[in-house]
Amino acid sequence: MPSSLSVASAKTRHKRVLPGFGLSLGSSLFFISLILLLPMTGLVMQTADMGWSEYWYVITDERVVASYKVTIWAALIASVFNGVFGLLLAWVLVRYEFPGKRILDALVDLPFALPTAVAGITLATLYAENGWYGELLAQWGIKVAYTPLGIIVAMSFTSIPFVVRTVQPVLEELSPEEEEAGITLGASDWSVFQRIIMPSLWPALVTGVALSFTRSLGEFGAVIFIAGNMPYVSEITSLMIFVRLQEFDFPAASAIASVVLIASLVLLFAINIWQGRYLKRLHGR
Amino acid sequence: MSIRLENISKTFGQFQALSPMSLNIDEGEMIGLLGPSGSGKTTLLRIIAGLEGANSGRIQFGDRDVTNLHVRDRHVGFVFQNYALFRHMTVADNVAFGLEVMDAKQRPNKTEIQHRVKHLLEMVQLGHLANRYPSQLSGGQKQRIALARALATKPDVLLLDEPFGALDAKVRKELRRWLRSLHDEIGFTSVFVTHDQEEALELSDRVVVMSNGHIEQIDEPAQLYAQPNSRFVFDFLGNVNVFEGKLTQSRLHNHNAWITAPSSDVPMNSGQLYIRSHELSLHTEASKIANLPLKVVAVNPIGAEVRVELAPHEWQSEQIWEADLTHSEYDRNPVKRGEIVYAEPRNGYFFRENSHQAPEQVSWQSRSLDETVK
Repeated sequence: MPSSLSVASAKTRHKRVLPGFGLSLGSSLFFISLILLLPMTGLVMQTADMGWSEYWYVITDERVVASYKVTIWAALIASVFNGVFGLLLAWVLVRYEFPGKRILDALVDLPFALPTAVAGITLATLYAENGWYGELLAQWGIKVAYTPLGIIVAMSFTSIPFVVRTVQPVLEELSPEEEEAGITLGASDWSVFQRIIMPSLWPALVTGVALSFTRSLGEFGAVIFIAGNMPYVSEITSLMIFVRLQEFDFPAASAIASVVLIASLVLLFAINIWQGRYLKRLHGR
Repeated sequence: MSIRLENISKTFGQFQALSPMSLNIDEGEMIGLLGPSGSGKTTLLRIIAGLEGANSGRIQFGDRDVTNLHVRDRHVGFVFQNYALFRHMTVADNVAFGLEVMDAKQRPNKTEIQHRVKHLLEMVQLGHLANRYPSQLSGGQKQRIALARALATKPDVLLLDEPFGALDAKVRKELRRWLRSLHDEIGFTSVFVTHDQEEALELSDRVVVMSNGHIEQIDEPAQLYAQPNSRFVFDFLGNVNVFEGKLTQSRLHNHNAWITAPSSDVPMNSGQLYIRSHELSLHTEASKIANLPLKVVAVNPIGAEVRVELAPHEWQSEQIWEADLTHSEYDRNPVKRGEIVYAEPRNGYFFRENSHQAPEQVSWQSRSLDETVK
């Protein structure tokens, strides 16, 4: 036994301490290929049938460009709103003890659990002119349902968990001592928040907002029921893809989809790189 | 600035963290709060800082009543156990923080701040690290920066929570010496918390020994060592051997072992005899003074003294005994592991049974001297 052991250890001198590297990486890559990369290749293949000029023509169609604008603006406003409100929600959930905290914590995930179409229909009913909120808001002359405002509402509803769930753990891990150090040095509460807490929170908050933004870019189910879908006014890009699909114009649908895909990917990569640099400074090399 | 604490107490829910206590600290004094974990020393420090509110009592800095003053207005410097440096700021920005958050009226201008920061960094001998981030510093460097940051606003008092707790032995010793000299140079009033008796005795002008939320004893280090007033302080300050005995015929007995009751003005009683490890000598047979058979468990000859660990032989003690012998003493009678030796005490402290009074100092040396004279 001892001799066979020593032989084995001589053969595998540089074996990793953690076992299963090959197997786990292999299967991860396999599934990523299967469920992420393969469909994307399909997307690219379909657009490959078109020439460049045709591709350009499809993605710069006037109505489609209008939908880009609507989608980007709505997603931008929704994600900024989520950034503020999500930070507040995470703050309340981490910093204070109150009855029903657990329930509130669980409710945050509801938009993830709810089928987006259900969310869309519910929101549309609530904000319609004869709905609960819609009636109230109508007194002030504010229309939400079937306007771009409705798109923003639906987008922020479906993507708020991204902000809360990325900020929450970071907030939990902040050391109270840094804040106490700030106070003993004479800093006001606002200074402590702005100069000590926020810099540690930035990476998580920006990531959360970016995730929320990309999710909103691609949101379909929740939005179309409340958006009204008026060409040039409240049509979102995912709807344009859907319309092309219904016309059996698969290459055009893929072409528009590829625009959304590329925009999201570029944003996610950019955030990742920025965050990596920022965190490196915080934790050393 | 002097600090006066009057009847300070603190409870956390049902738990009495601090029983009412009073403490006066003179201007320019360095006070060590010494105690095991859970003794309330950190709580007391945080109450002085204002990071924790007391349930009762009054706190005064000089003539200023600060009891109800918010931390940020108390003007204290606080050094945290884990340094609590701001991770996203450079060393210079960390030190400048206290100056930069001042009211616009009091705040020095930019060049003045830069100048002060430079001066502080030079004082802690780390001027060359101004543009580094905390994560790039060693523990000792972080601690110095934390100190420079705390001193930047010229606080009335400096409070340090286990300042050297997370450092290795060598750096700790070096920083301790450095802090003492800095203190002597600048003369700030400071209070620090520690569970290391050596640190407390070496660094403080006076030591406050705490246990279970109350003060056991306040004294200068030498006095504290010479006259510990309770079993707790004794146990906490270094190695001590305890002999628990019943008094019969002027001898304290524990099974077969005994020690002659020393000459004393007060009549002896049953109780516990505390003997420091350097107050023991080892012999090959029992003497008139004591019959304390012990089995040698270990001999450690490294350092100024030879440390011998001893297990009671046919009598009982809760802990292993230790004897510190000088090298010449040891060379005369080099005991070996496994041998049975007989210990003889020179001086000790006697705690009477069922009494919470301070111990009596007892000595056997005068008697043996008397006998040789006779």
